[in-house]
Formats: sequence, structure tokens, C-alpha cells
Amino acid sequence: MASNAHAPDSQHYYIPHGSPWPIVAAVALFVLMWGAVAYLNDWGGGWVFLPGPLLLFFMFGGWFHTVIGENQLGIYNSQVDRSFRMGMLWFIFSEVMFFGAFFGALFYARVLAVPWLGGQGVKALTNLVLWPHYEASWPTNGPGHIGGESFQAMSAYGIAAINTLILLTSGLTVTIAHHALRSGNRGRLKLFLAFTFILGFCFVALQGHEYYDAYTKLNLRLTTGIYGSTFFMLTGFHGLHVTIGAIMLLVVWLRVLRGHFTPRQHFAFEAVSWYWHFVDVVWLGLFVFVYWL
Amino acid sequence: MAEMPHTEAHAHAEHDHDHKPHGWRRWVFATNHKDIGTMYLVFSCIMFFTGGFFAMMIRAELFKPGLQLVDAGVFNSLTTMHGLVMIFGAIMPAWVGLANWMIPIQIGAPDMALPRLNNLSFWILPFAFLLLLSSWLVPGSAPAGGWTMYPPLTLQFGASFPMLIFAIHMMGISSILGAINVIVTIMNLRAPGMTLLRMPLFVWTWLITAFLLVAVMPVLAGAVTMMLTDHFFGTSFFNAAGGGDPVMFQHIFWFFGHPEVYIMILPGFGVISEIVPAFSRKPLFGYEAMVYATASIAFLSFIVWAHHMFTVGLPLSALLFFMFSTMLIAVPTGVKVFNWTATMWRGSLTFEPPMLFALAFIFLFTIGGFSGLMLALVPADFQYQDTYFVVAHFHYVLVSGAAFAIMAGVYYWLPKWVGRMYDMTLAKWHFWLSAIFFNVLFFPQHFLGLAGMPRRIPDYAVQFADWNMVSSIGGFAFGLSQLLFPYLIWKCVRSGERVEGTRAWEGARGLEWELPSPAPYHSWTTPPTEAMIARGAEH
Amino acid sequence: MYRARLGIRPGTWLSIAALLVAAFMALPAMADESSQGGWGLLNLPVGVTSISRDVYSIHMMAFWVCVIIGILVFGVMIWSIVFHTRSRGAVADVTLVHNTKVEIVWTTIPVLILIGMAIPAAHGLVLISDDSHAQLDVKVTGFQWGWQYQYVGKGVSFVSKLDPQSMAASELDSGISPYSVPHYLRNVDHPLVVPVGTKVRLLLTAVDVIHSWWVPDLGIKKDAIPGYINTSWFEVDATKPGVYRGQCAELCGRGHGYMPIVVKALSKADFKAWLQREAAAEKATPGAASS
Ligand code: HEA
Ligand code: HEA
Ligand code: CUA
Ligand SMILES: [Cu+2]
Repeated sequence: MASNAHAPDSQHYYIPHGSPWPIVAAVALFVLMWGAVAYLNDWGGGWVFLPGPLLLFFMFGGWFHTVIGENQLGIYNSQVDRSFRMGMLWFIFSEVMFFGAFFGALFYARVLAVPWLGGQGVKALTNLVLWPHYEASWPTNGPGHIGGESFQAMSAYGIAAINTLILLTSGLTVTIAHHALRSGNRGRLKLFLAFTFILGFCFVALQGHEYYDAYTKLNLRLTTGIYGSTFFMLTGFHGLHVTIGAIMLLVVWLRVLRGHFTPRQHFAFEAVSWYWHFVDVVWLGLFVFVYWL
Repeated sequence: MAEMPHTEAHAHAEHDHDHKPHGWRRWVFATNHKDIGTMYLVFSCIMFFTGGFFAMMIRAELFKPGLQLVDAGVFNSLTTMHGLVMIFGAIMPAWVGLANWMIPIQIGAPDMALPRLNNLSFWILPFAFLLLLSSWLVPGSAPAGGWTMYPPLTLQFGASFPMLIFAIHMMGISSILGAINVIVTIMNLRAPGMTLLRMPLFVWTWLITAFLLVAVMPVLAGAVTMMLTDHFFGTSFFNAAGGGDPVMFQHIFWFFGHPEVYIMILPGFGVISEIVPAFSRKPLFGYEAMVYATASIAFLSFIVWAHHMFTVGLPLSALLFFMFSTMLIAVPTGVKVFNWTATMWRGSLTFEPPMLFALAFIFLFTIGGFSGLMLALVPADFQYQDTYFVVAHFHYVLVSGAAFAIMAGVYYWLPKWVGRMYDMTLAKWHFWLSAIFFNVLFFPQHFLGLAGMPRRIPDYAVQFADWNMVSSIGGFAFGLSQLLFPYLIWKCVRSGERVEGTRAWEGARGLEWELPSPAPYHSWTTPPTEAMIARGAEH
Repeated sequence: MYRARLGIRPGTWLSIAALLVAAFMALPAMADESSQGGWGLLNLPVGVTSISRDVYSIHMMAFWVCVIIGILVFGVMIWSIVFHTRSRGAVADVTLVHNTKVEIVWTTIPVLILIGMAIPAAHGLVLISDDSHAQLDVKVTGFQWGWQYQYVGKGVSFVSKLDPQSMAASELDSGISPYSVPHYLRNVDHPLVVPVGTKVRLLLTAVDVIHSWWVPDLGIKKDAIPGYINTSWFEVDATKPGVYRGQCAELCGRGHGYMPIVVKALSKADFKAWLQREAAAEKATPGAASS
């Protein structure tokens, strides 16, 4: 680390001076949160939630525009580049931990809570005294049948399977695009990058369809007990990340069209592709533990 | 004392002035690690007084049996807000502030790695606490479910509930971004020659703390998100009827919560490990052991969380596992205490304010650690759990631990920051009043807890009256003594005696003491020399 | 360059530290007076069950271990603070930075001490966890704010709440002195009645939020969790009939401080009689609570 802290190309490590974007971001976040609070507390109609996201988009636009500009001016040396990379990797790690919390909830419910309610293990009396006639099973909406007497679980072999293929393929295409970028083959780069975010948006569309089925045909809702809760929260947050990832891919693609990135320096591209692979891996976890097993 | 950095840094001092932005822009658009550090520290001080004010209300209500000041619901809000404000508003931002000020200087970096992100991490905080504190004004008043926010109780609160959740989200984002910045700075911006095992311990402990932050803050975010959806969108995570479990929240919360308490103390270990050698005029004993001990504490902190949940009805096997893993933490922590002791052994000690606070830290933190160890014994914890014995325990580790360490750090580095020395005698007054009244305030709470007084109650049986009164008196005295601290700093900044040369303390070692005082606005724009690094890394 | 003008004489340090240690040691010494309440209340009650006695001994064992370690560690520190000081002309021995032998010793010894503490603790825990062969089952349901007790299979069940006197006195600015109320905040309208010398098992649950059932003299505390049953047990010594008091130990809202627990332990015969009276009364007027 320390030794290459002074990379061959290093002039001084670039320290930006006085930037307005962070404070805009802080305010945007504040407005967003207040909007959510006001909305949930019925202190106003749905519109109260609007300003936050708008400000946020404005901020992202401005901030990234500045950074991209600086980058194009070539004032970032390889050490700055490394800071960005490390930053992105640790950010992704924090995202992993966020999903970890929800996977933890899923495992806890399936391995401990539901069996206990069903009268297995150390809390057998729970079933005898409080929930007679409840039999532990998965999927379940609990002894209280929260969200309706009967519902159907989401099958792993329908849309989920297709979506798995889609994401795996997109992981492949983005890698191909990366190689193309490294070897300076812009044509193929553009093509496969396009494939990637198109696949991403397809995934989101299909998931929308899956949700539609769940609500209309399977009587499976967010409110369908612990199964519905874990199913929709996990797949929902994942879907959100896919959407964000796809948008970022789109942006990177537009930058490629503008001729950004060199075979040696293309942090934004790599960051997004890392993010994409992360989304990919999370999905595999989802497919196995939420849909399949 | 090195001539070269002198001239070098003075050169900076000159062209500083054209660089240094003026007016409100300097703070709102800040990208300079020193400015951002200062804002963090000031914010933390304000929050310390806010949380302290809540604490004073608590102590006043508990001064004698019967309800005199506030209604029971408001009391619970006071307790809850006191805990949240002190942890997320006072202690954590203070550490990030010190990290901002010292880490770049101590590793010979020109600034933090991601200066704009750094500004964002700070500015999120005032807004987060605006959101949290304004919950006092909404119908139903502030959240009153304890800082641990257990459902179903916390789900019962009205308008303040989403404010609590989203405030937590904002604090989490701030911490994560701040922590990422620290990690990247340490891993990528160390001056050539500043190898990992030459880093000052404050940097080491912060590196590990930052890792803990990135690992557990998102988990807290997940926990409160589930609570939000349970409250507003009908999910059943914490509802047995739907197949969930209220205790599940506690598992997720404490998976965050226990590492969190080490997040608050590890940087303190770092500060103490800088100060004790400086005033013993002797290098730190067992530097590497210190590093490994810190790492193992961090590791263990991930597998002990359920020691906060011994009474929820865990299976025997789980109780045994978490008892043993928790007890183990005494070993690496012990290594630290012993190393500090050995550092003083055959030293040449003097007792300036930083050293006084450091010594009080070692004594009182250790006492807090002892009570922690007693709490770790499950059968005994059945009696201690949720009593004032626990309250005593964590104030010994948090106030005389984390808070004293922060004060020690400020007294140690303040001359470097402002180039002026503070009023020594006043600082010693601050110390002795704090050290004595701290114990008057919290030692009797051990008795109260053992005698059977639960925590989080606004009123109590009369047999608890005597010690509660003592504790409250100690509390007011301790609180008032704290007013000396900001006064003293303000006086120092305005009119303190100028500090000559680079070293404010003759025994002080490390790169920060190779810079002139006050440290130039932009330091180490050209990295330190091998000689300077070597001088700093004598161990 | 700032040299220490010693703000304080080392002696002061000594006395401070001494005071702390003394305070620690005072704890058990004064414990026996705990009955007198007030200043004398410094330590855990020994209690009236085998569990509470186990717990007490584990507590004291841990306490003394900490005191001894404290004396050693603080002793060494105080020694340096007093004698290895600049003011006494001590010169720092800068070579003393590392010593593998010592470091191994002060890593292994704590481990051994911990093992020594873990064994009795684990043993006690195993005993506490064994709730088999209970002779009487009582279902305990916490609610905001009180407890419902159901004697399983005995046709007896009633609700237990803070007694009216305490209730009145505990109002904000009630003007009633808590000292004028017998067992202020520690008294209920209908205590839980149990026989001595009998293994009583509690089936704990709650209807609204989490509560925690705690009676120090019985040595048990267990959370009452909505939707789940936790079990716990106690057996009051045959020789120790009496009234034992505790209170809810998990924050449960505004009334958390106002849901005490009172256990009345009767001789087996008296209990039998009481139970019959209750059952009869219950039949006569179902749901009617009495004491
Ligand atoms: C800075 C914060 C901090 C720190 C450092 C610690 C340190 C420790 N804590 Fe503490 N703890 C809290 C903050 C902290 N705690 C808080 C805030 C709570 C309450 C949360 C809430 O409910 O609101 C809490 C609660 C808490 C509980 C739950 C109590 C309950 O609710 O029932 C337990 C139980 O095991 C525990 C244990 C420990 C242990 C074993 C340590 C150990 O790390 C201590 C190790 C140190 C020593 C042991 C002393 C030095 C060692 C030696 C001199 C070596 C030789 C010693 C021996 C071999 C004995 N703590
Ligand atoms: C690191 C954090 C930290 C710090 C520094 C403190 C500091 C203090 N705490 Fe802390 N406390 C917690 C963290 C902390 N606490 C936590 C996490 C809880 C658990 C919450 C929960 O149960 O959910 C808790 C709970 C808690 C309780 C239990 C409440 C209950 O269970 O109902 C009590 C009661 O005495 C208490 C008292 C104090 C006091 C007197 C101080 C003093 O040290 C404060 C001193 C500072 C000041 C007083 C401010 C400075 C002075 C002024 C504001 C001027 C005005 C002064 C006067 C008028 C005298 N705290
Ligand atoms: Cu019921 Cu506290
Ligand atoms: Cu803990």
C-alpha cells in the first residue's frame, strides 16, 4: 500500500476545494426523510414525498457532472483512482451487510421462530398453550393466518428461473464489455454494455409481472405473514438495486457513446460492473433460499 | 526538533491565506479535514449538553420517590432520547471529529481521501438530529421505547415513530460514509515509509472501528426498516401471529448493538495508548500486542450479541455459548490494561490534564469492565439484567471510558490545533470535579441495581431513596463541572498562551508533533521525511 | 514546552483509589444489614430458593475475583503513579517496551481465571434451565399494566395490579407522601399465592408488549413475550413461607414502573385451603378475582 502510495504519474493528490454538492445532498436527504415522515403521518397528500427524490436526482446529476468533468481534465492521478475503487468496494460491502440483515430474518424465521410456533424444540409449550392446531411449515403466514386463510407460494420455476438466466447472462455480457473496453474494442463495448442494461430492465419488468401475479392470482401479498414479508422485502430491495444498477449501466453506456474511458482508466465502468456482480450474487442467494428451498 | 518541516510548513502557512476560504462558505462547502473535524467536535459538544440536559431531568425526577417533574411517559422519552443523543450525537461524532483532525496528520496525508464525501457525512448529522429532536413537538411526544427500540412497544408510538426510524437511517448513512472515508484514507494515503505497523495506535484503533461501522450500521438500518414496514405496511417480522418473533428484532439489533459499544471505546483505547507513553516519557509497551488485542476484540464483538438477551428465553446451548464468548473479551481487553500499566512502570510520569484523564480512564473503565464481566455470567445476569447495575456498568465504560478518553484527547491535541495552551489549573479543576462526582453519580447505582431497582422507571420504592439522592446530587455536580470544558476551550482559542515549536508536550511522539503549532491549514502536501516517521514510530 | 507542575500530590491519588477499592469491599460486608433498607441495601439478596442461593454465590465469587484482580492491577499502577514520577527524579527506562514472557503470563492467567468462573456459572445455569417435574403450573400473562395468573388445571385465575394506595400516591404531584404508603409501588391487589417446598413452573407470555417477571428473592427473571411461552421455575424453601416482592423488568410503556409482582408463599396445607376457597369462589362467580 504505502510503497505505491506514490505512483509514477502522481502530481499532488487532488483535494477539491469548497464544493456545494455535499450540502445539497444533505438537504435533499433531509427533505426526502421529512417527506416520508409527513406522508406516513398523513400530514399531507402523496405530493409531500415528491420534493425529496427530485432534489436527490438534481444533486446526483450535479455532483457526478463535477466529478466526471474533473476526471476528463485528467486531474485524478492513479492514487485518487484507487481511493474511488476502495470507496466503492467498501460501499458494496455495506450493502451486503444490509441484505445480510434480511437474510438473517429469513433464516431466523424458518429455522427457529416457525418451528417453535409449531411446537418443536425448546418452546414446544408455545404451540400447546397459545397456538393449538398450528403446524409448522414453510411457506407460512403464521398461526394467525395473517393476510388471509390461504395463499400460494411463488414458484421457483416460473419467472424466477427466467430472471436467474437473465441476470447470469447480464453478468457475462458486462464482463465481455469490460474485456472489449480493455482491448480498446469500442464497438463491442457499446453493444454488450447495451445488452447488459437492457437485460437488467427486462429483469425488472418481469419481476413487476411476477408481483402482479402474486397479488392477483396467488393471494400473496406483502401482508401475507412472515412469508410475504420476507419474500417481498428481499426481492423488493433486490429489485430496487437492479433498477439502480441498470440506470447506472445506462449512464455509463451514454458516457461510452461520448467517448469517455480509456483502456487503462475507467473507474466508473468498473465500479458499476462490480455493483452489477454484487446484485447478481445477491440474486443467487434469493433464488436458492427464497424461491427454491 | 526538525528544522526542515518548520521552514517547509511555514511556506505553507504563507500561501495558506489565499487558499483558506472565508465566511460561511468555509464551513458549509468545507472539504478541509481540519474544518470538518472542528465542525464534528463542536456538534458533538452541543449534543453532549443536550443529552446531558435530558440526563439532568432524569436525575431530578429520580431525586426522591414520587413523581414531581414529568409524567411517566415523558420520563421514558427522556431516557430514550438521552441514550440516542449521547451515543449517536455526542460520542460517535466526537470520535469522527478526532479522526478527521488527527488521522491525516498522523499518517502524513494531505487530507482525507474523499473530502466531499467527508463534508456530506458531517452535514447529514445536524439534519438527522433536527429530525430526531423535533419529535418532542409532535403529538404523543418523543419516542419512549428506550434507545434499544424493542418492538412491539416501539411500534405503539405515533407520529414520532417514523421520525425516529428515518433519523436512525440518516445517522447510519453518515456513519457508513464517514467510516469508508477513514478506511480509504488509512489504506491509501499513508506517506511512503508509514507502514501499517508504524502507524500510531489511534490510527489503528480507528481503522478497526471503521470496519466495525461499515459492517454493522447497515444491519441496524435493516432492523429499523423491518420495524417501519411492520408498523405501516403490515409485514409480520416481529409478530408471532404472522410467524415472526419480537425477539428476532433483538437479535438483529444487538448484532449491531454490541459492536456499536466497541465502536465507542476502541478509538478511546487508541487515544489512551498515545497519551500514556507521552507522559511516561517512555514508548508504549507491547505495541503489536495492542494491535492484535484490538483486532481480537473487534472479532469477538460479532459473536457475543446475545449477552444482552439472556432473559428472553434462549436455548441453554445458546446461553452457554454467549456466556463463554463474552467472557473471552476480558482477555484482550486485559492485555490492553496491562500494557498501559507496563508503559507507566519505570517511567518518568507527569500529570498534565491529558494524563490525568487517561489515568482516570484506566481505573474507571476497568471497573466498568469488571461489572461487565459479572454481567456476562448468565445466572448472575438473571438478577442484574435491566437493573441499575447495568446502568452503572455502561456509564463506567461510556462516560469514564469513552467520554473521558475524548476529553483526554482534546486536552492532548488542542494545543496542536490552535497553537495555544489552555489554562492548566482550570483543566485540573475540571478533571478532579469530573473524576470525583462521576463516582458519586454512578457508583451508588451498583448498589441500587443489586438491591433490586429496575432501570427505565420514573418512580421507585422508598428503600431506594437514599442512594438515588446521592446519585442525583453527584449528577448535578458532574453536569455543572462539564460547563468548565467548553469555557476552557473557548478561553484557550481566544487568549491562550502561544505554544512555541512543534511539540506541546516534551514526551509527545508522532507525526502530528513534527508540524508547527497550530498545524497549517494544509499539512503534509509534501510527505514527511523518513526521519520524522521513524521518530514517531519508536516502539 | 510544558512540564507538569504536579497539580495534585500522589497521596491524593492513593486515597482516591483506596476509597474505590474500599467501597467495593464494603459492599458484601454491609450486605447482611440489607433488611434495614436504605443505606444498608448494597447487595443482592441471598433469597429463599436453591437457585437464588446459587446465583448469590456465583455473584460473590465473581465480585471477589474482580476485587482481587483490581487490587493487583490498580496496586501496580498506583505504585508507578507514586514512585515513578518526574517529580521524584525518576528517569524513564525507554528499553522496557516488550517482554514476551510477561505477555504470555498475563494472557494465560486471565484465561485460567475465566475458566474457573465459567465452570460454576455453567453448572448453575444447567440447574436453572431444568424445569422438568413441576408440581404446579401457573400461566403468567403480562399486559399493560399488570399480570394475570392462571393456575393450570385448578380452575383458579385472577388479575394482579398495583394496589390502589400506591396508585393514588404515584400520580404526578399527588401530594401523598410515598413514605406513608406501605410497600409503595411494591404492593398489589391480588398477590400470586404458591405453596412452599413445591416446584412451581411458570408459563410466561404477554398480550401486548414484552414484560419481564422478576422476583429477586426467588432468583429468577424471565421475559414474557407476546405470542410465545417462556418457562421458568422456583421452589421456595419449606422453611421460608412469606411475602416476596419484585416488579416488571422490561420497559413496557408508561406503566412500566407500576406493575409490581408479589408472591405469597404459604405452607402446603394453607395453600391447599386457599386453592379450594378460590376454586369455589370462581365457580360461584366466574372470573371474579379475590385474594
Ligand atoms: C463502551 C461501551 C462498553 C464496553 C467497552 C462494554 C464492555 C463489556 N460489557 Fe457492556 N454494555 C454496554 C457498553 C459497554 N460494555 C452498554 C451500553 C450496555 C447496555 C445496553 C442497554 O441495554 O441499554 C452494556 C450491557 C452489557 C451486558 C448486558 C447486561 C444486561 O442488560 O443484562 C453485558 C452482559 O454480558 C455486558 C458485558 C460486557 C463485557 C463482558 C464487557 C467487556 O468488554 C469488559 C472487558 C474488560 C475488563 C474485564 C476489565 C479489564 C480486564 C482486566 C483487568 C483483565 C483481567 C480481568 C479478568 C480476567 C476478569 N455489557
Ligand atoms: C455515551 C453515552 C452516555 C453518556 C455520556 C451519559 C451520561 C449520563 N447519563 Fe446516561 N445513558 C446512556 C448513555 C450515556 N449517558 C444510555 C445509552 C442509556 C440507556 C438509555 C435507555 O435505557 O434506553 C443511559 C441511561 C441513563 C440513566 C438511566 C435512565 C433510566 O433507566 O430511566 C441515567 C440515570 O441516572 C443516566 C444518567 C446519566 C448522567 C447523569 C450522565 C452525565 O454524565 C451527563 C453529564 C453531562 C451534562 C449534565 C451536560 C452538561 C451540563 C449542562 C447541560 C448544563 C446544565 C447542568 C445542570 C443544570 C446541572 N443515563
Ligand atoms: Cu411490564 Cu415493564
Ligand atoms: Cu454488549
